[in-house]
Amino acid sequence: MTYSTVAARIKQKRIAQLIARGKRLDERGPNDHRAIQIETGLIERAEGSARVRLGKTEVLVGIKIETGEPFPDTPNEGVLTVNAELVPLASPSFEAGPPDENSIELARIVDRGIRESKAIDLASLCVEPGKNVFVVFVDVYVLNHDGNLIDASALASLAALLNTKMFNYEVKEGEVKIKPGYTPLPLRNHPVAVTFAKINDKLIADPWLEEEQVMDARLTMTLDKDGKICALQKGGYGYFTTQQVFEAAGIAIEKAQELRKLVVKE
Amino acid sequence: MSQKKQEKLIDENGVRLDGRKVNELRPLKIEVGILGNADGSAYIELGKNRILAAVYGPREVHPKHLALPDRAVLRCRYHMAPFSVQERKSPAPSRRELELSKVIRESLEPSVFLEYYPRTSIDLFIEVLQADGGTRCAGITAASLALADAGIPMKDLVAACAAGKVEGQIVLDLTDVEDKGGEADMPLAFMLNANAITLLQMDGLLTDEEFKQAVNLAVEGCKQVYQHQKDALKDKYMAAKEAVKEEATEE
Repeated sequence: MTYSTVAARIKQKRIAQLIARGKRLDERGPNDHRAIQIETGLIERAEGSARVRLGKTEVLVGIKIETGEPFPDTPNEGVLTVNAELVPLASPSFEAGPPDENSIELARIVDRGIRESKAIDLASLCVEPGKNVFVVFVDVYVLNHDGNLIDASALASLAALLNTKMFNYEVKEGEVKIKPGYTPLPLRNHPVAVTFAKINDKLIADPWLEEEQVMDARLTMTLDKDGKICALQKGGYGYFTTQQVFEAAGIAIEKAQELRKLVVKE
Repeated sequence: MSQKKQEKLIDENGVRLDGRKVNELRPLKIEVGILGNADGSAYIELGKNRILAAVYGPREVHPKHLALPDRAVLRCRYHMAPFSVQERKSPAPSRRELELSKVIRESLEPSVFLEYYPRTSIDLFIEVLQADGGTRCAGITAASLALADAGIPMKDLVAACAAGKVEGQIVLDLTDVEDKGGEADMPLAFMLNANAITLLQMDGLLTDEEFKQAVNLAVEGCKQVYQHQKDALKDKYMAAKEAVKEEATEE
């Protein structure tokens, strides 16, 4: 991190003092997320797309569907591929180049939520077993980094998948021929990620950049539509106690319901 | 996770394919200080897993601009040998290995007094020679011992162990087959003295209640692993003590 340690120490003290009194620099409560705005369908070339603004954090997700080969161990299933780009225009700390560990971790957390909740019916995306299947590319594009990229990316990915239109097609002699018209990509589950930061032994939800820079550790819980945990990830060089992990689970289950309502219109 | 189940992974008596009970660890063998060049090293066998960990440092940081003014940088590389799995794995680091390198590093950072060695690096290398599920946990267990073997001051050893859900039951220390055929796998690393969870990941589906059970079971597993770690460290130094004693009597 290219961040001044001295500035971080001073800021940490201030942020920690506030959090001890149940307050935060931006006047949110400990478990409040920042204001969330969601727009869908802004990229016409993509099969699905969504932009999520979480406070000043901004993430764009585009979905592309193409044909490709299945994995050898799952010949009858389509393929889900999640990739995240921390493009240099999003933050002074991002650099161009091959994905670093942060963008790989981000992509893999989002991937785990979608995959483990079985949100996409991959078996329905098989054209010819072992040879030809549909590949769903979820590309997470971070446009402005102001903390908690995980929740914003997971939410944007879910919104984009809900917005995804699968082109109609027919199979002629093993070749996929695209036909006019679209049908929505069926989604069976709606995973939502909720991230906590631990600062001076207190948990807060949705850390923004200044809080992330001084946090001890981070914990992400992804919940499926039935309130089951479908993915977990601890990050950062600190730790959580067992009690803190259980406390986080309780809060995350409620928060996920709230966040899901913003994307999934029943 | 949606493999066809040829056979049951847990039979009606609660016995698993390899003969273990649901709350039992695989046979665990640990040796400390087995590599000549490294400042600290450890070798672990957990069931069929065979993993080496080595530590170099504290030493000068290369490239220099990565040095931190107030503490050492801990760097970690988790890597699998091409022959460690059924289908040959390309030796180039995969996205999975890069992510694991990061979370393993973060699981060990809380245990090390990095502030004692500003402007240096402590480099940690984990090589998986044979994999059978739970390599990140066994890797952490070995890596923590390698750090201790290198004489680096630590708050506690970090022990790691996974719990998960297989055929509806919460089980300890999943093998590869159980991970693929089961419903959830949750690796956890634990620092006993501080009641600190330093690594927590999960994929699969767990209810809140199952999650709590799994955390408690994994923590119990970590406590057993911790005992093995302490014994392995003691073994090395008892052997050294014996050697010194023998030398003294010879003179």
